[in-house]
Amino acid sequence: MEERDDIIEYSLYYHHSEEEGKKKRRKIWQVTLLLSVITLIEVLCGAFIKQGSPAWEVVKVSFIIMTVIKAYYIVYSFMHMGDENRLFKWMIIGIYIIFIIYMIWLIGYEGIELFMRMYNAPIF
Amino acid sequence: MSEHTSNDVQALIGMGEDGRQSPFGMSYGKLMLWIFLFTDALTFGSFLISLGVARFSYGGAWPIGEETFDALPFIEGTYPLAYVALMTFILIISSVTMVLAVEAGHRMDKKGVIKWLLLTIVGGLFFLGSQAWEWSHFIHGTDFGRVDLRDGSSAIVKGEFGEIQYFEVITAGSMYEGVENITNENISATDKNLMHAFQHAAVNRKLSGNAGNLLITLSDGTEAKVHKAADQDMQLIVKVPGRDYPVSSAHDESTWLSGEHVEILYYEALMKGNVTYGANMSENEYGPQIYSNYFFFVTGFHGFHVTLGIMINIIIFINVLAGTYERRGHYEMVEKGGLYWHFVDLVWVFVFTFFYLI
Repeated sequence: MEERDDIIEYSLYYHHSEEEGKKKRRKIWQVTLLLSVITLIEVLCGAFIKQGSPAWEVVKVSFIIMTVIKAYYIVYSFMHMGDENRLFKWMIIGIYIIFIIYMIWLIGYEGIELFMRMYNAPIF
Repeated sequence: MSEHTSNDVQALIGMGEDGRQSPFGMSYGKLMLWIFLFTDALTFGSFLISLGVARFSYGGAWPIGEETFDALPFIEGTYPLAYVALMTFILIISSVTMVLAVEAGHRMDKKGVIKWLLLTIVGGLFFLGSQAWEWSHFIHGTDFGRVDLRDGSSAIVKGEFGEIQYFEVITAGSMYEGVENITNENISATDKNLMHAFQHAAVNRKLSGNAGNLLITLSDGTEAKVHKAADQDMQLIVKVPGRDYPVSSAHDESTWLSGEHVEILYYEALMKGNVTYGANMSENEYGPQIYSNYFFFVTGFHGFHVTLGIMINIIIFINVLAGTYERRGHYEMVEKGGLYWHFVDLVWVFVFTFFYLI
């Protein structure tokens, strides 16, 4: 096949040696262990701490924190986002976070408005 | 834009001054896949946020994960969240095998890629199978169902349903002439099995009597007496308040209805046909209708992604076997398939928290 000079190949740079591979595999198994332990903690909390009990509010918040920690490790380690260009990282993750926070705010705002209209009562 | 600024922008996103590199020095394939995942993540984010709104607007009536998902296949009894935990674990493991396949690809280790990618596909199929069982269980519902009591309240039922042994025929209809006792062996195909016939009769007000002395009318008009073991430890968890019973609290069992009068309440509702078994798009045993609609929609959309992921992985696997990437000189396609597969796992992490746990 004719050599084309208009296609630039980046993937070739991503190759690594057996040495590096060993290190990477160790890291992968460490992350696996972490994800499994967090999931186990979540399930035990979910099964044994009932909704509405005094500890529930703390558990609820810790569920969200644990989920974000898991998401961080999946994106940064498994999806290699940690190794990508810094600007690109923020272009994807930063903008996503901004959108989601905006959406939560928006829906909370609209929800309060709707509540006040339906029950004719101010929530605050 | 002047020449100067244009070069600055190119340098900032890593294109190089000659403009002959792709943005950020990444391959276009990976770049575009990330942008697709970004938009897909927004879709799932919107689902979960709107789920939060629906949930918040129903207060105490919203079903609780550990009450709704507490069954395991082939085993009797209640195991809160055990099955979902198993599904989550399967998906995490298949994510790990995928990342190991990607790593093997970076070393140009074809055998390694084959091994780990195959395990990933198997893991994905296991997950899909688990989801199929969970859907089936969710759709068919529990043995007791949910009952609407005489005071207008609505309650889900916990406890052990006494096994139905046989129906003793009193007046035989067309299908059971000459039959003395109807058992699971000689029951007609229309009635399927004793449990099915019983629930079908309950919904259609074809049951009469009381807990100790139940009479059933089958589809062909056969009248029979239900022989059934006694229910054990029946408890009602009130989800919608009525005149007499307020909403039960999940953590305080003293607010659940229990004792002898519960059985009377339950069977009275059953005789009136005020019972719902399982869930579909217009009926829902577990709570507000929108709950089951969200269940089907969110887990269904995720399951659809898993299905696509498995298909993509199989195509990549065939290409690995054929040596396509070996000839190409790199296994970037495995990495891209991996990105999508990890995304599916990522979504499940959030669905697990916001649908099942909280």
